[in-house]
Amino acid sequence: MDLFFQLTLAGLAIGSVYACVALAVVMIYQATDHFNFAQGEMAMFSTFIAFTFLTFGAPVWLAAVGAIALSFIAGLIIERVVIKPVENAPVLNQIIVFIGLLMILNNVAGWIWEFTIKPFPSLFPADWGFHSDLIGPHHIGVIGLTLIVLLAIYLFFRFTRVGLAMRAAAANPDSARLVGVSVSWMLALGWGLAAGVGAIGGILVAPIVYLDPNMMSGVLLYAFAGALLGGVSSPFGAAMGGLIIGVLENWVGQYVPGGSELKLTFALAIIVIVLLFKPAGIFGRVVVKRV
Amino acid sequence: MAFLEVKGLKAYYRQVEALHGISFELEEGGITTILGANGAGKTTTLRAICRMVRTEGEIRFDGKDLTGMATENVVRLGIAHIPEGRGTFVRQSVEENLQLGGYTRKNKREIAEDIERVYDYFPRLRERQKQQAGTLSGGEQQMLAIGRALMLRPRLMLLDEPSFGLAPLIIQEIYQIMRRIREAEGTSMLLVEQNANIALNLADHAYLLETGDVVMSGESHIIRDDENVRKSYLGY
Amino acid sequence: MTRPNRITPALLIGFLAAVGFAVILPHLVSNFTTYQLTLAMSWGVAMLGLNVLTGYNGQFSIGHSAFFAAGAYGAAIMIEHAGWGPYEAIAAAAGFSFIFGFLFGLPALRLEGLYLALATFGLAVATPQLLKFDAFEDWTGGVQGIFVPKPAPLLEGLSADQSLYYVALAIMVFLMVITWCILHSRSGRAMMAIRDNPIAARTMGINLPLVKTTTFGISAMFAGIGGALFTYSSEFVSPDAFNFFIAVYILVGSVIGGIVSIPGAIFGGLFVVFMPHVAEDVSNIYTFIPPPWAVFGVFLILVIYFVPFGIWGGIERLAAWTKRKMAG
Repeated sequence: MDLFFQLTLAGLAIGSVYACVALAVVMIYQATDHFNFAQGEMAMFSTFIAFTFLTFGAPVWLAAVGAIALSFIAGLIIERVVIKPVENAPVLNQIIVFIGLLMILNNVAGWIWEFTIKPFPSLFPADWGFHSDLIGPHHIGVIGLTLIVLLAIYLFFRFTRVGLAMRAAAANPDSARLVGVSVSWMLALGWGLAAGVGAIGGILVAPIVYLDPNMMSGVLLYAFAGALLGGVSSPFGAAMGGLIIGVLENWVGQYVPGGSELKLTFALAIIVIVLLFKPAGIFGRVVVKRV
Repeated sequence: MAFLEVKGLKAYYRQVEALHGISFELEEGGITTILGANGAGKTTTLRAICRMVRTEGEIRFDGKDLTGMATENVVRLGIAHIPEGRGTFVRQSVEENLQLGGYTRKNKREIAEDIERVYDYFPRLRERQKQQAGTLSGGEQQMLAIGRALMLRPRLMLLDEPSFGLAPLIIQEIYQIMRRIREAEGTSMLLVEQNANIALNLADHAYLLETGDVVMSGESHIIRDDENVRKSYLGY
Repeated sequence: MTRPNRITPALLIGFLAAVGFAVILPHLVSNFTTYQLTLAMSWGVAMLGLNVLTGYNGQFSIGHSAFFAAGAYGAAIMIEHAGWGPYEAIAAAAGFSFIFGFLFGLPALRLEGLYLALATFGLAVATPQLLKFDAFEDWTGGVQGIFVPKPAPLLEGLSADQSLYYVALAIMVFLMVITWCILHSRSGRAMMAIRDNPIAARTMGINLPLVKTTTFGISAMFAGIGGALFTYSSEFVSPDAFNFFIAVYILVGSVIGGIVSIPGAIFGGLFVVFMPHVAEDVSNIYTFIPPPWAVFGVFLILVIYFVPFGIWGGIERLAAWTKRKMAG
């Protein structure tokens, strides 16, 4: 029974990482109707930035905050410079731009930092007076920090002027302009926030899977699966979906024969099944397309 | 120089020319109505002023040339556009819609006061403060749209078919409130309508558009009282 | 252009000249270059498959590495475990990947645009892990993969590389002609109708599910044949060789060559094989230039901004412009 709880809690921890990345993906999707296929590589790059700060002697938390702040700015810039030209282009063109971005980030990271794996320290000290057989300090920290981030994002969107403006810009860009909101900047801001949240995900997962340029491609797939499962029309649904996928992944890995080697296939299966049978996801809203 | 001056305005949707070089003006504090059938170009005219379509020609508001500006900056000059279909933020609450109307303003106290003023004009909205705007009736959404426009403390309001799809009693109510607003706030209004009768009762001046051209203009009481003009141009 | 080119005299002469040139080429260049050209054609065949699926039928795939792998492994397994010869094994690769593509095309029927892209992304990411799976190890060789000897020369006097080159060339030309024929048939028109307006296509009586799944199958089959040729060139298949970046390779080549075209596939194949070397040479001159793949990425983005119709599309436009200039 202990094993079950350990697995489940570990699943919640890795699921928290998926939740962060899923949240980032859905924030961009809600604002722009794009799936950011480069979200994983952006998060990976941010984590490497944190790593660089570490090699200059910065303490872990400072390195993390610095990396997150830089990621926010980078996300803003990427949206304005790289994505804006294809804002209204055919879907294929947009997908290709994301793939191009993915390639650039992956290979520049490999060029700067090499493809050898590196250890990355946890944000959470190993001895903060909390002991449990069921879950380690890093995992507890991951779950806790993710919940705080989710809460912060919720408060931001719900209670701030800019959060309201961003929601308005995503829901009805024309009307948003008519109340003086600069929709273009709201998009850029959305990308910045998504980049920051994604960075947090990367920094949280690196101590678990070790840091290398290919660290995030599997994570991104799980995050997509989680976002779809929870519902891409609902940021919190998507985050819940991420948590569920994390737990399911561990259960399947342990209790389904051969499951541990087919985790990615499992994610793919979830994606296909959700899209076929409940495209709005568990918590999402169905959008009817008019002919 | 008039408060709003439009000269030789052409507007395009892709390659199609929807307005063929129209001219009109509006005095400060006045209400002007643009009438015409479906497809005449009335909505296009309002969208042109707000820079939502490609245009040629001159548009001047209080002396300022609008043609190079982005929509959100035109709005900041004090022009509130209530679009066709109301443009409500359907998933946000009534209160949030009004807050969005005040987005460009900084003074929180004044914004709160203005929200109260809107509720004074439209008590029904106060009842439905926290309700999702999409669940309001057509008339209530129109009130909300006007309320949202008022939050800007606009100098000019552009109204696109406020009577559309509404029951006659509600239309009366709304038009009475618009009259009150003009009297209390001195807001100028450019009113686009298909319902000529009710528009002519409110407006000072009228322009009649037919497939992208102005075919007639004049003081509205003259147009309204001239039976021949009414019968041949306005159909009643 | 959204439709396949009509056969004008100019086009026919150009095509025959190109084929003729291709036939004598191995005798003009080194063995290594011949090997590279064969690789280019292997990619080209896969890219042609993607052009058919995305360019002419409007279904997205950023997961063609899966079908490429299906063909590569299909051929390798038949040679290794069933003792088939290399040329029969290509047929096996084709059959195997067609079925796989057709089956994937079934759920794909319900997925639009971005969501289909996402599902194929998942497929590509999951493929290496699937290939390493224990239960299949006896067939796939697990992590170690399978060693596949290069086929012996078909004719005396040719090197193994040259012989394989001619096989690839023959297959490439054959598939291009077949594609042209399909696109000019009723089925081809149905495919393009679906791309342009699926709802209208359905109301015209086109059997959407059948056309779409079959197109997926054909596209996968081309990718699989490309995979088999690739295997013979590189003499080795292993799971990690068929990761997501292979799908990116195929997409990049298709787009740069011109995704709504048949000849574009050749330009795409040549691009992905020879560009990295050019980029490396540039790198060696200036040590501060980033690695080839990052340059690819920048290139890809610039192409999609400024020349989304790719190299072949550019050639078509140039030809049309020249014709206009000459006419008056």
